Amino acid sequence: MAGLTLRDVRKAYGTVAVIHGVDLAIADGEFIVFVGPSGCGKSTLLRIIAGLEDVTGGEIAIDGHDVTRVPASDRGLAMVFQSYALYPHMTVYQNMAFALENMGLARAEIDARVRRAAGMLRLSDYLERKPKALSGGQRQRVAIGRAIVRDPKIFLLDEPLSNLDAELRVATRKELAALHAEIGGTMIYVTHDQVEAMTMADRIVVLRGGRIEQVGTPLDLYNRPDNLFVAGFIGSPRMNLLPVQVVSPGLVRVGEAGEPIKVATGPLATGASATLGVRPEHITLADGAADLTTTIDIVEQLGGDTYFYASAPGLPQITVRQNGQALRGRGETLPVRFEPAHLHLFDAEGAAVRPGV
Amino acid sequence: MKPIQLLRARRRNGHWHWTDIAAYAYLGLGVVLMFGPVMWLVLSSFKTQASLLEFPPSLLPLSQQEVRVEGFPQPLPLFAATLDNGERRELAQIRRIGLIAQMVDPADPKRQYRVPTARLAPVRHLSFVTSNYTEPLQKFAFTRYLWNSVFVTTIATLITLLINSMAAYALSIYEFRGKTIAMLMVIGTLMIPITIILVPVYLVITKLGLVNSLWAVILPGAATPTGVFLLRQYMLTLPRDLIEAARMDKASEWQIYWRIVMPLAAPALAVLAIFSIMWRWNEFLWPLAVLTRSESFTLQIGLNAFQGELQTQWNYLLAMTVVSLVPVALVFVFLQRFIATGIANTGMK
Amino acid sequence: MIDLPDGIGLQAVPTASRLARLRRSGATILGAVLRLIDRPMGLLQRLIGERRMVYVFLLPNLAFFSLFVFVPLAIDLAYSLTGGESLFPSQRPYVGTEQYAYLFDCGSFFDPASCRVDHFWRGVANTMRFTVFQLVSMVTFSLVTALVLNMRIRGRGFFRAVYFFPVLLSPVVVALVWKWILQRDGLLNAGLTMIGGQKILFFVDPGWAMFWSVFVSVWAHMGFYTLILLAGLQAIPADLYEAAQMDATPRWRVLVRITLPLLWPNLIVVIVLAMIRGVQTFDEVFVLTGGGPGTATLMIVQYIYETAFASQVQNFGLAAAASIVLGVVLFLLTLAQLSRTRSAS
Ligand SMILES: Nc1ncnc2c1ncn2[C@@H]1O[C@H](COP(=O)(O)OP(=O)(O)O)[C@@H](O)[C@H]1O
Ligand SMILES: [Mg+2]
Repeated sequence: MAGLTLRDVRKAYGTVAVIHGVDLAIADGEFIVFVGPSGCGKSTLLRIIAGLEDVTGGEIAIDGHDVTRVPASDRGLAMVFQSYALYPHMTVYQNMAFALENMGLARAEIDARVRRAAGMLRLSDYLERKPKALSGGQRQRVAIGRAIVRDPKIFLLDEPLSNLDAELRVATRKELAALHAEIGGTMIYVTHDQVEAMTMADRIVVLRGGRIEQVGTPLDLYNRPDNLFVAGFIGSPRMNLLPVQVVSPGLVRVGEAGEPIKVATGPLATGASATLGVRPEHITLADGAADLTTTIDIVEQLGGDTYFYASAPGLPQITVRQNGQALRGRGETLPVRFEPAHLHLFDAEGAAVRPGV
Repeated sequence: MKPIQLLRARRRNGHWHWTDIAAYAYLGLGVVLMFGPVMWLVLSSFKTQASLLEFPPSLLPLSQQEVRVEGFPQPLPLFAATLDNGERRELAQIRRIGLIAQMVDPADPKRQYRVPTARLAPVRHLSFVTSNYTEPLQKFAFTRYLWNSVFVTTIATLITLLINSMAAYALSIYEFRGKTIAMLMVIGTLMIPITIILVPVYLVITKLGLVNSLWAVILPGAATPTGVFLLRQYMLTLPRDLIEAARMDKASEWQIYWRIVMPLAAPALAVLAIFSIMWRWNEFLWPLAVLTRSESFTLQIGLNAFQGELQTQWNYLLAMTVVSLVPVALVFVFLQRFIATGIANTGMK
Repeated sequence: MIDLPDGIGLQAVPTASRLARLRRSGATILGAVLRLIDRPMGLLQRLIGERRMVYVFLLPNLAFFSLFVFVPLAIDLAYSLTGGESLFPSQRPYVGTEQYAYLFDCGSFFDPASCRVDHFWRGVANTMRFTVFQLVSMVTFSLVTALVLNMRIRGRGFFRAVYFFPVLLSPVVVALVWKWILQRDGLLNAGLTMIGGQKILFFVDPGWAMFWSVFVSVWAHMGFYTLILLAGLQAIPADLYEAAQMDATPRWRVLVRITLPLLWPNLIVVIVLAMIRGVQTFDEVFVLTGGGPGTATLMIVQYIYETAFASQVQNFGLAAAASIVLGVVLFLLTLAQLSRTRSAS
């Protein structure tokens, strides 16, 4: 178990910079998730930590020891690859034992470790099979088992669930979380799926274009997104982002004709353009005075919840989430109110505007 | 695909195009022309020296039948004789005096006949003279040649597989300084056939003190550019994740090569092994130049030397030629498909 | 790539378990041996670092290449610029381009008899003649065969095998097979007399000797080129033919306007390879005719071989000079091939 520190880590392929200076400190035993859209550099960052890619600049330290120039095989980390990278010519047992043999462990010790991991991962019956003869989920567990047996300082996982079908993905997600609780290692987990990030992480690192956008606990990111990107990325369905104009300090107007809405505008000047963010669950149906009057385009009845997709002139489509079964049809008008305690305001650059800043 | 189905479809259309008939005719001729000579070789290799010299030759290995007749210590040759009264009988010949042969009826040894040789036709039966095979292996050095060929083929193929796969591994998995130069070296050797460096390679072998040793045959061709390219091409298709996973598993570079990449490259290694076996087993010019002592001859050189002798003993030569054909025939029967695909994919031979 | 089936012909037999045990113990021994290599290689890696291990992998191959290709190439040059009879370059006097001048000392390049080294020039003339005849017949027959094999033929696999199998035979075997058929009392002469002809002494008549040299060479190698062409033919999308059929295109027009143009890259490969191989021809012809009658089928490579190894006075300098001339020709042909394949792909 170990902590990890990245200091101004940079990476370029030739002249193309892919990671633009990442600083990050990860504590011992943490479950960290790197999340971001495809191509943002998550895998690259993970592989830099693993030692599979050289850095162009910066420093990586494990437990305070600089390992920037240490080759992958000597860093003592384990990685679960997106493709699993199981050795196709070896049995499940051999796959898991391979690293231990390389470490020069005694046969009995290897056997004990492999069998313990196999038991933990419900693989005991498959030890003599080759990867080809396993289902997708079993292969995935072998890949994890191969990491576990090593008792590594840090587990690195690159989109380990992306090759599973939806149902299995949810199940495995829970198992992984349970596993982390059981063995308690430091884990760095890469995914582009924000639901995975929200459900598993102690802390989430949101990446975009090779830069860290925000680091925090899932609820931190959900409740207090630092910028428009994080606001839009975290949460499902997405946060509604509406163009507004500051009409006076503490008051903005949605679109052209909407009612003024109270929200902390911080240092924004009167007349400035901004973006108002409000999550679908923080919009209520108004009986009396509405903040905005919309027309329903689509209704989705999920039984427990109802989603309205509604539009108002000059605004992007708005998602409204209602608990229970709200019986309204297409084309009806839908007057809504925004919950004042859960409004987010972003300036023209996309940075969050916070009261008192 | 499904040629039979298509054939039937065509027939339902009612007519064959003349090109179809021409094609089958061409293929039929091909079978005779391609298979015929080798069949002829195999059949001939079982004939006696005498019947090899016969003209016109008989198709099958025949030899004259002999019978034991009571009262005669030696077995006697059997002939079909036409007697004076026009009767045809099978008689054994006791002796021949001028144009008259003295014959005896094997069923009734007391009755003897005198028959003009012109009315005798030898009774022959199918017989395979296996001594054509056993004698040269005992009397001449062919066992030695055979062993030399097997040794050269085996060792050379093992070395080829090892060092070519190492180079291919380096050139496919790593990025390193000098990679371009190394690739150019490999391509360069592709363009320099042994025929034009025969003399200086001989010098190198002399300097190494290997003239007339089998290592002189094994070493010069052990590193083959075609082999490196074939293996490299295949290794490039292996998922990079596997190699990185092994690196994360604390495998040394040698272990990655030996325990991950080599087993996974087995199909390509098999192709190279087959080719190498063929090359080595059939190799001629270089062994001819570097092996001058009969003890170190390979089978091919031995055959050539044997046929160059003044009195070529064709019965032995043909039989030994067949022996040298055996491994090739086995390879052909079992692996023809893979070799064909290998050639079609790589254009090498 | 190619998939080899696991364990060709290995069936589950009663002894399977014994076999398995044998295999396991074999694997254990092999494993022990391999671990013996693992250890020093691991140490080496510790010593020189992961990055430099790549050179360790390259070293054996490049050492072989250097020792048996590049160094010899340099020595070849040295030989061709020196005289004397010694095998060791250090003991050979420098003679400049004398060997080449000697080699090229000809009254007329069209008449080998007018050359000082007439055997070399006869070799050149024979090789050129051989290469041209061989190239034309090789391309023709392999193309026809590939086209036929690409038709909807019953038993295509069998016929392909029939044409392919001589490729695997050694040149010595090929030559001996045909020598046996073509000899004075051989099968062919038996056939000739049977239909009322005269015996022909094929290896005494220069024309026949050359004919059979070409024939045997084509017989032996045709399958190889056929395969290359067949691969090309099978890569032509079937819907092109179907489209042509819809347009009621006659067969010969399909051949000329669709098949041949699309096969052109493969044909080029075949032509260049056949040319390169033709120029280097040695073994089949050497065993078949010994270069005779006289010098009628003497090829350049045979000349080089005999000059260096098989003559009374071993003339390494002259052989090397001839090698280098041959090398230049081959180099140009190979370049042509490389540039063609480059532009084709
Ligand atoms: N070997 C490479 N050479 C050049 N560019 C690369 C290389 N590997 C990755 N990239 C680029 O780096 C960026 C980040 O890639 P990656 O880390 O794989 O993204 P992801 O977040 O989807 O895992 C991408 O834009 C990709 O195109
Ligand atoms: Mg990725």
